[in-house]
Amino acid sequence: MTANSAYPRRWKRPPQLITTRRWRLTLPLLVVAYLVLALGSLEIDAGRVVEGLSRGARFIQGFLQPDFVSRWQDIRQGLIESLTMTLTATVVGVLISVPIGIGAAHNLSPRPVYLVCRSIVSVSRSLQEIIIAIFLVAMFGFGPFAGFLTLAFASIGFVAKLLADDIEEASASQIEAIRATGASGLQLIHYAVQPQVMPRLIGLSLYRLDINFRESAVIGIVGAGGIGATLNTAIDRYEYDSAGAILLLIIAIVMLSEYGSSYLRKYLQ
Amino acid sequence: MSALDTGPGEPPHYSQVWTFRTPRARLALWVGWVALAALFVWCWQIMNENTLWIFVTDAPSQAADIGSRMFPPELAYLPELLMPLWDTLNIATLGTVGGVILAVPVAFLAARNTTPSALLIRPVALFIIVSSRSINSLIWALLLVAIIGPGLLAGIVAIALRSIGFVGKLLYEAIEETDARQVEAVTATGAGRAQVIHYGIVPQVLPAFWGISMFRWDINIRESTILGLVGAGGIGMKLQSSIDTLAWSQVATILIVILGTVVVSETLSAKVRRALI
Repeated sequence: MTANSAYPRRWKRPPQLITTRRWRLTLPLLVVAYLVLALGSLEIDAGRVVEGLSRGARFIQGFLQPDFVSRWQDIRQGLIESLTMTLTATVVGVLISVPIGIGAAHNLSPRPVYLVCRSIVSVSRSLQEIIIAIFLVAMFGFGPFAGFLTLAFASIGFVAKLLADDIEEASASQIEAIRATGASGLQLIHYAVQPQVMPRLIGLSLYRLDINFRESAVIGIVGAGGIGATLNTAIDRYEYDSAGAILLLIIAIVMLSEYGSSYLRKYLQ
Repeated sequence: MSALDTGPGEPPHYSQVWTFRTPRARLALWVGWVALAALFVWCWQIMNENTLWIFVTDAPSQAADIGSRMFPPELAYLPELLMPLWDTLNIATLGTVGGVILAVPVAFLAARNTTPSALLIRPVALFIIVSSRSINSLIWALLLVAIIGPGLLAGIVAIALRSIGFVGKLLYEAIEETDARQVEAVTATGAGRAQVIHYGIVPQVLPAFWGISMFRWDINIRESTILGLVGAGGIGMKLQSSIDTLAWSQVATILIVILGTVVVSETLSAKVRRALI
């Protein structure tokens, strides 16, 4: 029984993902070379890090014993600004992104409109919120109004893109059927497209509401109002207990809105 | 719920006009819209209590002013940006590596089918994931700059901490979606716990793992470009100093570099992900 003895007795797991031998050998080498280069250019001031550890411990202490009371006025003001800014920006952003989203769907819009709307979307998506905020603060002055504009602008790219993709995926036969009844463009959107994409649009808006709140905590750092400004001040003053309280509030609100919006989305769909 | 005008003995007669919704649904819809509008107006008023409208009406001229200062971008500034750009790439890449290394155990502890204890350990892992996800990397950077001082290290750690939540969440969902039969088959051979994970689960989630890591790397490149605004190194530091000195033509150059980097990293990550899946 030679065939039986030639049968391999030991099994080795076959290679995964990268099946060519050459790449399997060169890729780790490349990775190591990069790591050597990258870590080499890193300048770490070990003394500063060690010095910071006690401060880190104090921060963790502040996080465990948050102080909501002593800065409550500022925190309250920041939270109100953040929440109102989030809501108004989401509403305005969604209202603007609906026509842009329809324009950016190639099955509904003529080519020139499609191109214009797609470019609006890509401009809004490629710029970061914080960079937009810097510019808008420079133009509109400090405060939540600049933050509102930033979030609204950023929402347009997000909602319009996903809405357009969704409209493009909408069933063509339903659109065809409504078109065959002699419906005008608006009627077509109202009776054929809107029922198909509405649940998704509501879901998207709720999701964006969530994102906008998170972002509103950040753009305050560059002066666009909201809880971020309060947090920045607290950290600058080394008031880690207040900073801890703010962070806990942000986490709590984000968790709440995440659960709330996922519950609402499930209910609506 | 159409109008029924039934006389005695007559068959029911329905209204001839077809409507999209029932009257009750229409009413609910209107109430909803009015409530939303009222909420919007209320929030708008609270938000703009302290807004100085003189600055707002002034904005177009400000925009024109900044625009004219930004153009033409100062291209001679480009060579000075190479080193910060390298730093930015390092922050993103090393941060992603660190975040992924930290996220893998968290994901295995959070997934229902691999967690050692669904009652005790899983909630802790989920809390780590949620808190890492709900705090933006810029806030992490702000904290870390205050704790370990300004520089690349703060940026790398900030990116890593932020990535835990993202990678952990997507990875634990991938682990939960693995085929239980393969795991059972490996268990049936008498494999230990670690061997089950190694031979039964890892091969199933490996493509997802690399896909998620690449995706996060792409996002991290985007985020690391601005971490410098709070002192965490990279090209954002240059951006901050140019803004502080009102050198808008330099700002324009930096923005072009950032946009270029983001586009390149996005295409790269999309290519790799398409090759994986």
